[in-house]
Amino acid sequence: MSLPVPSATGADPIAVGPVAPEEAGVSLGRATWRRLRRTPTAWVGAVIIGLFVLVALAAPLLTPYEPASTRWAAEVSTTNVPGPSAEHWLGLDRYGADMATQLLYGARTSLLYGVVSTLIGLLAGTALGALAGGAGAVGGRVGAWVDATIMRVVDVMLAVPSLLLAVSIAAVLGKSGTAIVVAIGAAQVPVFARLLRSSMLAQAGADYVLAANALGLRRSRIVMSHLLPNSVGPTIVQATLNLATAIIEVAALSYLGLGTPEVASAEWGRMLVAAQERFDEAPRLALLPGIAIAVTALGFTLLGEALREALDPRSRR
Amino acid sequence: MLRFIARRLLLMVPVLFGLSVLLFAWVRALPGDPARALLGERASDAGVARVNEVYGFDRPVLEQYGVYVGALLRGDLGTSIQTGRPVTTSFLEYFPATLELALAALLFAVVLGVPLGYLAARHRGGLVDSVVVSGSLLGVVTPVFFLAILLKLVFASWLGWLPSGLRQDPRLDATHVTNFYVLDGMLTGEWDAAWDALVHLVLPGIALGTIPLAIIVRITRASVAEVLDEDHVRTARAKGLAAGTISRRHVLRNALLPVMTTIGLQAGLLLSGAVLTETVFSFNGIGSYLFGAITDRDYPVLQGFILFIALIYCLINLLVDVLHGVVDPRVRVS
Repeated sequence: MSLPVPSATGADPIAVGPVAPEEAGVSLGRATWRRLRRTPTAWVGAVIIGLFVLVALAAPLLTPYEPASTRWAAEVSTTNVPGPSAEHWLGLDRYGADMATQLLYGARTSLLYGVVSTLIGLLAGTALGALAGGAGAVGGRVGAWVDATIMRVVDVMLAVPSLLLAVSIAAVLGKSGTAIVVAIGAAQVPVFARLLRSSMLAQAGADYVLAANALGLRRSRIVMSHLLPNSVGPTIVQATLNLATAIIEVAALSYLGLGTPEVASAEWGRMLVAAQERFDEAPRLALLPGIAIAVTALGFTLLGEALREALDPRSRR
Repeated sequence: MLRFIARRLLLMVPVLFGLSVLLFAWVRALPGDPARALLGERASDAGVARVNEVYGFDRPVLEQYGVYVGALLRGDLGTSIQTGRPVTTSFLEYFPATLELALAALLFAVVLGVPLGYLAARHRGGLVDSVVVSGSLLGVVTPVFFLAILLKLVFASWLGWLPSGLRQDPRLDATHVTNFYVLDGMLTGEWDAAWDALVHLVLPGIALGTIPLAIIVRITRASVAEVLDEDHVRTARAKGLAAGTISRRHVLRNALLPVMTTIGLQAGLLLSGAVLTETVFSFNGIGSYLFGAITDRDYPVLQGFILFIALIYCLINLLVDVLHGVVDPRVRVS
């Protein structure tokens, strides 16, 4: 596992924050990795994420059945949802699909939607944030104006609570997986934009920026190869943490019925809706997908927080 | 202080203006003819013409925007396409429910969260701390709707201790004045109705309040831990002040600033997060109404609600800043 940390891009080895004596002369990336390796929660998080990704990728190899197939619908009656058996290790669901298969393929849906939506938010957000932060840091008066304009737009986006923003986007795009992904991605844009901008502005007065300026480097070069690599750390942490919320929100929006209209689709949030009606007799229908969502979110949260502490030891409490 | 509030109110104007432009553009950016988008595929030509006339889609865009903002300033948020009722009217009917729920959730989160966070910070590294920190982590990663379903199953279906949904037992046939059911019961002297409404708030309140609780615990813990390490606290101890005085006047007062910001932020989020909780508990608030509007593509309703919630969000932020100024005189100067 290699970590995409600032100094890995080869720019300034100027460390952020105080440097412990034994870390003197070690790049920020290596120091972070060293601290991260010693954090047990980081390992727990990494193992959970590893398992989740493995299950998502290998789903077709782990189950002999097709996802969202309601082949066994005849076996499900109004009073009985068949429980675990030799053919169906976790039993059937309400629509007569194999529960284990649905869960495994559900990991696939969650991973895909979670990663793509976070990437949308990350890319659009960092582009906006880098533009605003770069302009604000080295762009002079015009830059300050550009910065202020972008940030007012971001403020407006931030004034709409994220779930509501997601819901309104899904309302325009219609009910589909794409709508969910775009919606959750869009809701993340202001967070990333503000974060990157503020960490870039915090770097604006640093000696290496003044030095680069004095050397006569072009401003675009200062932003791209000096400011950006040194400011991107908190953004990476945020992206890891956002993957956790994105996976929960994907489930939430499909729970609300904004995802694919197909009732038996292999999606954890969707599975919870169906499970609710048969909760009293077969609680596993709701417990399994619910726990799957929570554990996956836990993995990303643990790793994200360990990464934050490793990158900036001062944040440890 | 008044100048401070006035300046902050003034700063809200551009944000709300921008939002109104975005929302105005939103409905017009819908694929196809707005009237058709509003009425659906099978709309008759007469219906389309009528909508165009009512909403003024046939007039110049700037004029349309002027009419829209003019109506907004008069408190007119538009008319629902589905029900034909003014959005403002529905709002006044459903908003109290959500506010009641959000207050219950916030009360649960603050009353439990601040002491727990304080306790964890005081015993940093100990057993209490570990339990509180792991608990709050669990609270953050559990999806609201999953928790809501679990609570409903255990405490309503299995144990039968609490009602599984709705705001009040309809058999009580309680009188409603303000639509805040608990308050209504107290105002009219129907104490059983007030109690019943309160009992109906317990499970949804806990479900909605858990994430804010977890976040408030973590922020309080971090903030108190930081203040405890500061020189002025050591000085206070060295002076021989009573432990209680140090906690109240030196630690909590300083540690509560970030906590208040968090509470304010969470209060805003609660209003929108209520959608999920209200759906699980069939709690007739803005969430369920909004959800219905999404399903029916009732754009004027969505538009009005989003604007209203954003306005409340801004006002809460203002309130938090003002409270900051009250607690910390340094804020007022800057």
